[in-house]
Amino acid sequence: MRKTFSKYAVPLATASVLALALSACGGSSGGGGGGNNAATQNTDARGPITYVQGKDNSNVVRPLVDKWNAAHPNEQVTFKEQSDQADQQHDDLVQHFQAQDSNYDVVDVDVVWTAEFAAKGWLQPLTGSMAFDTSQMLPATVKTATYNNTLYAAPQTSDGGLLYYRKDLVPTPPKTWADMMSMCSIAKQHNMGCYAGQFAQYEGLTVNASEAINSAGGQIVDSSGKANVNTPEAKTGLSNLVQAYKDGNIPQQAITYQEEQGRQAFEAGQLLFLRNWPYVYNLAKTDGTSVVKDTFGIAPLPGMTDGKPGASSLGGHNVAMSVYSKHKATALDFMKFMTSSETEQFYATQGSLAPVLSSLYSDATLTQKLPYLPTLLTSIQNAVPRPVTPYYPAVTKAVQDNAYAALKGDKSVDQALSDMQSALQAAGAK
Amino acid sequence: MSAATATTSRTVSVPERRPKKYDWALTRTYIAAVIILAWCLAPFYWMVVTAFRDVGYTFDPTFFFTHVTMDNFRTVFDTSLGNHFAQNLLNSFIVAGVTTVVALLVGVFAAYALARLNFRFKFAVMGFILGASMFPGVALVTPLFQLFTNIGWMGTYQALIIPDISFALPLTVYTLTSFFREMPWELEESARIDGCTQGQAFRKVILPLAAPATFTTAILAFISAWNEFLIASQLSSDQTKTVTVAIASFAGSQPHVEPYTAVMAAGTIVTIPLVVLVLVFQRKIVAGLTAGAVK
Amino acid sequence: MSTEVPARTRAKAAPKSPRQMPGRESADRKLVTQGRWASVLLLPTLILLAVVIIYPVVNAIIMSFQNDAGLSSSGFFVQGGFAGVDNYVHWLAQQCNGVSCPPGTLGSQFWGAMATTFLFTVATVVLETVLGFWMAIIMARSFRGRSVIRAAVLVPWAIPTAVTAKLWFFIFAFQGIANTLFNTHILWTGSEWPARWAIIISDTWKTTPFMALLILAGLQLIPDEVYEAAKVDGASSFQRFTQITLPLVRPALMVAILFRVLDALRMYDLPAIMTQGANNTTTLSILVVDQIRQGFNSAAALSTITFLVIFIVAFIFVRFLGANAVGAATSSGKK
Repeated sequence: MRKTFSKYAVPLATASVLALALSACGGSSGGGGGGNNAATQNTDARGPITYVQGKDNSNVVRPLVDKWNAAHPNEQVTFKEQSDQADQQHDDLVQHFQAQDSNYDVVDVDVVWTAEFAAKGWLQPLTGSMAFDTSQMLPATVKTATYNNTLYAAPQTSDGGLLYYRKDLVPTPPKTWADMMSMCSIAKQHNMGCYAGQFAQYEGLTVNASEAINSAGGQIVDSSGKANVNTPEAKTGLSNLVQAYKDGNIPQQAITYQEEQGRQAFEAGQLLFLRNWPYVYNLAKTDGTSVVKDTFGIAPLPGMTDGKPGASSLGGHNVAMSVYSKHKATALDFMKFMTSSETEQFYATQGSLAPVLSSLYSDATLTQKLPYLPTLLTSIQNAVPRPVTPYYPAVTKAVQDNAYAALKGDKSVDQALSDMQSALQAAGAK
Repeated sequence: MSAATATTSRTVSVPERRPKKYDWALTRTYIAAVIILAWCLAPFYWMVVTAFRDVGYTFDPTFFFTHVTMDNFRTVFDTSLGNHFAQNLLNSFIVAGVTTVVALLVGVFAAYALARLNFRFKFAVMGFILGASMFPGVALVTPLFQLFTNIGWMGTYQALIIPDISFALPLTVYTLTSFFREMPWELEESARIDGCTQGQAFRKVILPLAAPATFTTAILAFISAWNEFLIASQLSSDQTKTVTVAIASFAGSQPHVEPYTAVMAAGTIVTIPLVVLVLVFQRKIVAGLTAGAVK
Repeated sequence: MSTEVPARTRAKAAPKSPRQMPGRESADRKLVTQGRWASVLLLPTLILLAVVIIYPVVNAIIMSFQNDAGLSSSGFFVQGGFAGVDNYVHWLAQQCNGVSCPPGTLGSQFWGAMATTFLFTVATVVLETVLGFWMAIIMARSFRGRSVIRAAVLVPWAIPTAVTAKLWFFIFAFQGIANTLFNTHILWTGSEWPARWAIIISDTWKTTPFMALLILAGLQLIPDEVYEAAKVDGASSFQRFTQITLPLVRPALMVAILFRVLDALRMYDLPAIMTQGANNTTTLSILVVDQIRQGFNSAAALSTITFLVIFIVAFIFVRFLGANAVGAATSSGKK
């Protein structure tokens, strides 16, 4: 008896494990079909839901959820807080969607993930009884939430690039890229770097390279989603960056910069111009190590011609509903609550998060607290979203790898754009 | 010959026998010890300096303590923002502790079989166990997530402990096997001739001898479970979150801001108790076990 | 009751039980009893490994023969269907849709990532072995303050890898402490070889204690008398090292190196956090993670390839370089 057991136990265990594996394979391939089906279910249902978001940096979400819960005793919201890292937030959402987890009702998604999740059939289309009014929102932000002409999420917060400059050294900020480059001699006189953005090889480089290309009138993908980056306009845009790096107008160490290293250099007085997000504003005014507290100003990103500012890339987040949610009516109400004018104001005052409602940018109380808002509005109004595509991870890789190689001089701008075009096509942007 | 023996027995612990060279060897040892200390602790020192530094001076490259503050440690333990670092610490201790105990127990059995018993397929079994350390860990997460979701284990301790044990087992089994094979098993046989049962012989003779090696293995298993991030980040809930996951979810005051000083504070907090724990164990338990050993 | 008892086992079994009747029948019986015992003792280990390792591995292998989901005309992802070995060809031949993968795709990075992974593995394991051995020898000596050293050595290893990576990322920043201290202006994370060195140094710092502790445990098994005898015979310290320490500590050393090699071949955290794989520091594991975000089936194929590569390395290691843990077990080798 015992001998039989020992002899067959291992193969048996392996076999049962194999069976498990096979059944799990069937379950894991939900795909779009199941998603569409789920989209018609539970649309009238109300009850407790969960709201999922990345780390709540400045304690914005908790007070909002408390406020909602006080008003909706039968539709309580639980806040599930994810990590601070975007990649981990993304992977966490993917895992839960794949498992068709009904506990992730309302989720906060980065603008660049919306299309992917929509195409996987995980997001509730906001149509019919689930319709969502976006007419008051900045058009560029609505674009990031739209896939295949269908709205899949509601813009929640936005973000756009600003040009930080030293107003003590440059009285009027440059309007065009050429202007800015001509001012680099001032930087040289003061023995400091001229311009930096986010040029390390990561998502930030996609943002900066796209801005250079879009500002010059080029594009990464065209309106139908086809790769269209091998153009003279795109070449002008990318060449601007490459030439500036070669000339030393972009200091050599900028190739290691993410947001924080650039902020550090600017606050230490080592940079004349810096492209960064609005968050730098308050820190540069208050940081102990900041030597530019009273000597920096902000302006829209420089464009190609005077009168047309540069085209910023868009940051920010959208709020979306899972198709697997059991209480979609509540979920929709909560999404409306999370994007209401009052809430948007709270985002801005409490968390320095840029609103998506255009009206708030001229609100007197807000602009007093966040003086950069009018400039940011210009930035967002001229912004071009990063490609809205379900293949975003492959698209951004195609852009950043080749832009980085061009910046470093490993390949010519022509070669980089031609490779970028092929890589975008291989990524599915055909 | 007899003189030489006498000398060595007096200085049995220091492997030099002529008194003139004695100091020189010790000096060399101390120089080496200082180099090791510097190599191991310099980056850690920098971590501690940063942990005590005001967040506004995060990038200040001054090599000694400046702008000292406890704020970062307060941030780490601040529960108002939804951090429960004390609970996370406890979770890590539970997960790593259970993992170590179970892996060691299970591993000792397996290692004993592999080192002491003759059976067929030994090569295959050892290969199989080793093979478990060959698949990219990053690719294990998704299937495990689905498996644990299906059986309702998500957010439980076992969802973290079972994978951690499996990660620790191959190393545990291999180290213990290699040590067991080096042990003087003749002692076990002579103990049996003296009337001990096989179990007694193992407990009273072999175990004390194996203590240092087993303890080393335990440290290795504990620290690898303590450091485990990938599985914990995806399979833990708010209640079972471990410190490595908690540290990764620290946030700066605003988006894009790296909470670097707080991360270093948290790193300091998780490192120091671990080292103290190991020291205490080493002193009390291992010393106690080996004291009774035939040596 | 097979008759295929290995000759070595038979030869070994007989003299070990002097009080039993010698002969083939009793050797057979002994083998069976021991086999039974062995399966009982090994079962918990095998079951645990089966659940957590075999299940995902088999799952991945099955998925690797399916295509990644593709977009339907309505813009939704649909299952890709049976792929045959397409996913494997994609990686090994670096083919994307029938043409060579252009730069800026994951497919174009496979062989580069393979080379980087091996570079990191060889460099870190060699450095860690040499340093670890040296540390172990120092720690094995008795001197005042030894326990301080033993505790200090644990520090790098006790810091969670993610924190370590962040720590070194800031140490190696352009305005970081490394450049400040040595008064250099190296773009540690911005150019190929400095980035690689930064990663190798960080990994060596972090993992040398692992080596040192395992080797130290091996050293502690060597009785002092062996050294005394050698000294009496007039062996120099170098001779004692090569002829006593090295051979006796070899089993522990080989296990340590073997596991370090397996771990280093799967290196992820350090390069992922320090360089995001830029400047040719992408390892196979980073490639796997990036690919998981783009399509799980190709990632499963890549994981399987990685698994096979590591398997081959381990096999060579065990077979030809004498990481005798397996071999010695089969022959019950020593004495």
